[in-house]
Amino acid sequence: MKTAEEHKTGGITKYFVVYLAILVIAGLQIVIAYQNIDPSQMIFRMFALAAIQAGLAIMFFMHLWTEKRVLMLTLAFATIFVITTMNMIWTDSFRLLGGVPFAKYQ
Amino acid sequence: MSHANVSIATPQPVGVMESSPFSIPSKKLVMWLFIVSDAVTFTAVLFAYGYLRNATPNWPHPFRFSPSIINVMVMTFILVTSSFTMLLGVRAAKEGNKSKAILWTFVTVAAGLVFALLHIREWMGLIGEGVRLFQNPWGSGLFGASFFSVTGLHLLHVIGGVAVLTVVALGYKRGRYNSDDLEIWGLYWHFVDLVWMFVVPFVYLLNITRAS
Repeated sequence: MKTAEEHKTGGITKYFVVYLAILVIAGLQIVIAYQNIDPSQMIFRMFALAAIQAGLAIMFFMHLWTEKRVLMLTLAFATIFVITTMNMIWTDSFRLLGGVPFAKYQ
Repeated sequence: MSHANVSIATPQPVGVMESSPFSIPSKKLVMWLFIVSDAVTFTAVLFAYGYLRNATPNWPHPFRFSPSIINVMVMTFILVTSSFTMLLGVRAAKEGNKSKAILWTFVTVAAGLVFALLHIREWMGLIGEGVRLFQNPWGSGLFGASFFSVTGLHLLHVIGGVAVLTVVALGYKRGRYNSDDLEIWGLYWHFVDLVWMFVVPFVYLLNITRAS
């Protein structure tokens, strides 16, 4: 198995494919932005594509994939845990749906 | 507790150090920890933006295909390409090809500068249309504050990255820095690119002008 250092030298084909994939996904996001779909679906698709782009950049451009697994797991767990706990704000953001309090909106 | 009970640790022989955590240099680990904390900072700013957008009924949708979305497409292409050139620079440095490493790093710096100029042009266009921090011609005044906060923080990172990469590349040329330093600041530059991947869909593409 190649070491992390060995991955930073040698052929670039794999990285060029990742580069193209990130650009294609960026184009796909623009196509989705002009579709007439439900806003929640739109947000979900945009987030999913952005997460794939970010994953490709982290794993290949930043070489996290070739570092020790324990580093990847430590960083991923810490980041995802904190970001997940921040999601508690969303329910409060829907207090004024359509310009009226949520209770009167339905 | 009396001082007599305190044992004095046996000093380590010179040169004997603790092994590198996670088998990477300590400064690389520090950069990864900075990236994690910065990722959380950007998430907080994007969440604040999302909160305001959800909670505000008359949120503006000012981004027309031309010029805004076309500009964003060009900016994305430049930033992702700069990430790729940074990768080529780091690889050249690891292979010991100093001149190639410096060349690709300066290509990255140039791309970062073009990105920053395009971003400022985008800002000037919006300011010209009447967007201010707390007011705009279309709807909620909070739009300007949140838009300029998110994109401004990112622009600050790009400008900071351009400055640092210039210093590190020149230092690498003079022998002050090595390939590890270039790789570590390359990580930062990839992170700046990564943040843009979330700014584009959530700040621009969810607020495009639609034909009514």
